[in-house]
Amino acid sequence: MSTLALEDVRHVAELARLSLSPDEEARTQGQLSAVLDAVEALRQLPTDGVEPTSHAVSAATPLREDTVQPSLDAGRALANAPARGDTHFAVPKVLE
Amino acid sequence: MESSDFQAVIGLEVHAQLLTRSKIFCGCSTEFGAPANHHTCPVCLGLPGVLPVLNRQVVELAVRTGLALGCQVRPRSVWSRKNYFYPDLPKGYQITQFDLPLCEHGRLEFDVGGQMRLVRIRRIHMEEDAGKTVHDAAEGESWVDLNRAGVPLIEIVSEPDLASSEEAAEYLKALRDVLVCLGVNDGNLEEGSFRCDANVSVRHREATELGTRVELKNLNSFRFVRQAVDFEVARQVDVILGGGRVVQETRLYDSVKNETRPMRSKEEAHDYRYFPEPDLPPLTLDDAFVEQARKALPELPRARHARFVSQYGLPAADAKFLVADRALADYYEAAAAKAPDARKLASWMQGEFARLLKEQGGTVSNLKVAPAQLAALLSAVDRGEVSGSAAKEVLGEMFRTGEEPAALIARKGLAQVSDAGALEAAVDEVLAKNTGEAEKYRAGKKQILGFFVGQVMKALKGKGNPALINELVRKKLGG
Repeated sequence: MSTLALEDVRHVAELARLSLSPDEEARTQGQLSAVLDAVEALRQLPTDGVEPTSHAVSAATPLREDTVQPSLDAGRALANAPARGDTHFAVPKVLE
Repeated sequence: MESSDFQAVIGLEVHAQLLTRSKIFCGCSTEFGAPANHHTCPVCLGLPGVLPVLNRQVVELAVRTGLALGCQVRPRSVWSRKNYFYPDLPKGYQITQFDLPLCEHGRLEFDVGGQMRLVRIRRIHMEEDAGKTVHDAAEGESWVDLNRAGVPLIEIVSEPDLASSEEAAEYLKALRDVLVCLGVNDGNLEEGSFRCDANVSVRHREATELGTRVELKNLNSFRFVRQAVDFEVARQVDVILGGGRVVQETRLYDSVKNETRPMRSKEEAHDYRYFPEPDLPPLTLDDAFVEQARKALPELPRARHARFVSQYGLPAADAKFLVADRALADYYEAAAAKAPDARKLASWMQGEFARLLKEQGGTVSNLKVAPAQLAALLSAVDRGEVSGSAAKEVLGEMFRTGEEPAALIARKGLAQVSDAGALEAAVDEVLAKNTGEAEKYRAGKKQILGFFVGQVMKALKGKGNPALINELVRKKLGG
């Protein structure tokens, strides 16, 4: 049974832009630790000689030809934007 | 310790936009300059429920680049997600390649001050570009344009084999020349289709391990690369000599103040949490695909330069001028096959031809003058049928009309007078009018030969064959 450190939980939450209350932090700590345990269980399996797999299916790479298709009308592209400036998405000022 | 005990260690990361019509994972246009957010769709906007489909041309151009740079091309490469938050990245991650990139272990040869240098290429991988953020459009807001989101890039990472800002700039130029020659990139630093970051560290000459490296951004001209690297190397040496330690960080180059300074944004220490992209299977390439790309490789600029020098006997500068533009070099070779003198052809193409070409927009692709016509004009000059200066006028007219040089020379009355009788009559007349000057010449004032030649040329309205006139005047005046 592994336990993820609370500071790791906070770091991951920060990276995911999540703001967790102390209760949520504790609950998340338990849940993430359980996930790590599950992965740990898999590590018991002998995998020597097994090639690492990144995908469950071994489909051939689908490729498309380099042809231009119509884009969305800018009005539709921006339809869900909370704020706009001309045809830009407007967001709170980003430094730099 | 003093500053001369240190040497610079530089590696470059180049992001080059691939010359495709459509984006890497969707059919939106890659055309530059459209109004904001007019080249977007659910895929490149990062809307839920969409799937990326890889553009075949992206793979072809990336493989072509890898082969030209002597890389090993991986038969199976994997896409990864690079996770970070920024408003110009709609999905919250960039699709890129991480631990299994398309190409590895290449090299680029180039010249610095006449010496050959070799830089190893660590890797080349494919990825999607982010959008563009405008920070000064409105108070308290940043504006995001996602036209560029999903435009295909290759990132070319060199080993830290460069030892000076000059080497860095020359490497970049050589790399750009190769990419432009291959037709994979337009080489435009200003518009940002060819972008460079530099990893810079310094180390004491006797030290074996590398120093702490700093990443420099915002190097959008060859001059800025040189200035930024020079500044940064001097700064790091100062820090060390002052007893301090260089901090690993990302610094922005400010070309107005000519300095580098730390980026203010608190990047989460490059904690990108890469993992394999579940929406795209690994890219598998068969031998046939790679071999086809290998067969289609053009002769690269450096090899072509060497061949132009040896095959056509060109001075290095002339060869460099021609080779800089693949279409121009092709044009030269087509003309050289028929021209009387390949070296004269090269100097013509750098002179009047280049001037006229610039007036017409700079590319030979839609030129009215065929290479054979340029060669025919130079043959006419060679045979004395038209003077060099009149030939320039003829060439100008050829650029406008595409007419054959012989027809133009006749139509415009520019044929050079090489007929012995006509020349002699003109020389006799000039000598008869200028008996005083003729006496001076005979008395030893040889430098006024030019005066007589000029007078004869004037009498012939500039169409006399200067070499023949020279010879005749000299003969008539008794040597």
